[in-house]
Amino acid sequence: MTQRFLEISAFMVAFFALFALSSPAAAQLEGTVTDDSGRTQITVAVPALPTPQTVPTAAGTTADLGNRISDVIVADLRSSGLFDPIGRNGVKAITYDEVTRPTFPYWTGRNVESLIQGFVRSNGDGKLTVGCYVYDVALGSELARQGFVVEPADWRRAAHKCADSIYSRLTGESPFFDSRIAYIAETGPKDNRTKRLAVMDSDGANHRFLTSGGTALTPRFSPDYKSILYLSYSGGSPAIYIYDIGTGRQRLVTRTNNATFAPRWSPDGRNILYSMAIAGNTDIYRISAQGGSPVRLTRSPGIDVGGSYSPDGSKIVFESDRSGAQQIYVMNADGSGQRRISFGGGRAATPEWSPRGDLIAFTKIAGNFRIAVMRPGGGGERVLTNSWQDEAPTWAPNGRVIQFFRTSRGSGRTSIWQVDVAGGEERRLRTPVDGSDPAWGPVRP
Amino acid sequence: MKKLSTPLIVLSLTVALAACAKKPPETLPPEPVDTSAGSDTDIDPNAGQQTGVVPGSQEDFIANVMSDRIFFDTDKFNVDSEDQGVLRSQASWLAQYPNVSIVVEGHADERGTRDYNLALGERRANSAKNYLITLGVAASRIRTVSYGKERPQATGSNESAWAQNRRAVTVTVR
Repeated sequence: MTQRFLEISAFMVAFFALFALSSPAAAQLEGTVTDDSGRTQITVAVPALPTPQTVPTAAGTTADLGNRISDVIVADLRSSGLFDPIGRNGVKAITYDEVTRPTFPYWTGRNVESLIQGFVRSNGDGKLTVGCYVYDVALGSELARQGFVVEPADWRRAAHKCADSIYSRLTGESPFFDSRIAYIAETGPKDNRTKRLAVMDSDGANHRFLTSGGTALTPRFSPDYKSILYLSYSGGSPAIYIYDIGTGRQRLVTRTNNATFAPRWSPDGRNILYSMAIAGNTDIYRISAQGGSPVRLTRSPGIDVGGSYSPDGSKIVFESDRSGAQQIYVMNADGSGQRRISFGGGRAATPEWSPRGDLIAFTKIAGNFRIAVMRPGGGGERVLTNSWQDEAPTWAPNGRVIQFFRTSRGSGRTSIWQVDVAGGEERRLRTPVDGSDPAWGPVRP
Repeated sequence: MKKLSTPLIVLSLTVALAACAKKPPETLPPEPVDTSAGSDTDIDPNAGQQTGVVPGSQEDFIANVMSDRIFFDTDKFNVDSEDQGVLRSQASWLAQYPNVSIVVEGHADERGTRDYNLALGERRANSAKNYLITLGVAASRIRTVSYGKERPQATGSNESAWAQNRRAVTVTVR
């Protein structure tokens, strides 16, 4: 895997390299995309990616892959809510020679603002090269180009990388499509749910169950995607394990007779936060991912639980009911300087620090459970969802989209949803069975 | 067949303590009864003993304590006078069978966030445990486990169901 990632990076640098960073285009796009409600969407056309020669691969022919890559790019762009993509069935098929020389008048006539063209080529060694070009139709100029070398089985990654390139170039935001999500797959009746650890791509593809029966909860991908922290009842009591994705083996984070839960990674993956209940009192601890002695970070007689690092690792936002009800607090990474930041009314739980550092997402409990954001210093609260029970936000790696899970009143059925941090439409992420506790990982290298 | 005897005991308790009882909820919905098993016979709380329950077994425990569980208010974990009566009956039974250990399960209703509910279940299980210890049950005989909101007893999404789910349940272990 690592080999392949390196190859992708090296190829990007060596072959296509630089974007044409023209400021007029950027200014024009800023005018097109307005951030908050009432924003307009960018019309993007994504014709099928032609191939210089139709060749069979392990994942289908190169022509076939050109169609499917176009479809994945369209789905990615649409899911962001910022684009109005036109797929391959709405536009003409382009030729291989046309990829680097777009027929701009055709696209101008269809009110297309941005044009995505690319190709799929089979290399001699069984791998694929996927090219991805972004054009500004009004200016008649190229905005970006990238290329990716992938195993045929990894064709979706090339599509996500291309969508990320488009998204970044046209919105000015960091990419997030080429990322994965760990979550809990739920089946069975409400009073006897089976909860399995599962992983999938950001769009729900490449889904995999990692555990079979039992009760698994609250997974978190390590920053390098090599392992997952999660809670399991497999030993009879709630305890945190590190699951190694490569080997399928797992080990306890810390050996204790006390219940451990609510595991979290530090941004560099070196440390783990967890909560431990001793004689009924729950506090937050930090331990090296390699093991060793835990360090106790909170000492209140109340429930101190959860915890999420600021992107630079210097601070931790966490939840405590020391005031009498669940509220959100910030402390320094060593546990010093604890102070409450949530004063927006009701209870505030499950804080998660944005990867951009600018916001804290949390569960606001005031009657119903809603997903909300606030500033790390407190204040600026905005409620993003409105349902009976929305819970446990997790950030897209670029800090623009928040995923969470929704529980249906009565049935207890759960589903995973996402919403743009600027507000707007909530979108459901399809999963094979019910889903809860989503945890979004970083953009893959 | 603990499912057959438990609801009856809880119901009679509700009637007996109606004047002072704040819980279980006013309208206690019937708990699920296994209709496939002998619905033609009347349910007799002493049936187990008549048919020879093993002394010191879970069946024996259920048949001879006021209840195997105590209930809590929202976000609370204190043991009130009603709970104390239940736990006293458990402690008396445990005094008769000193070789029996117990697990106290702490539970929360679905109207809480997952991690917080795990911590709340820990609090509730430990409240029951601590009271049992004051009644003379050795701490070494009591293990606690929190299930948070993962194991509801009642599956509705209403006050009555939530009141039944905010509980600490004692389970015997041989």
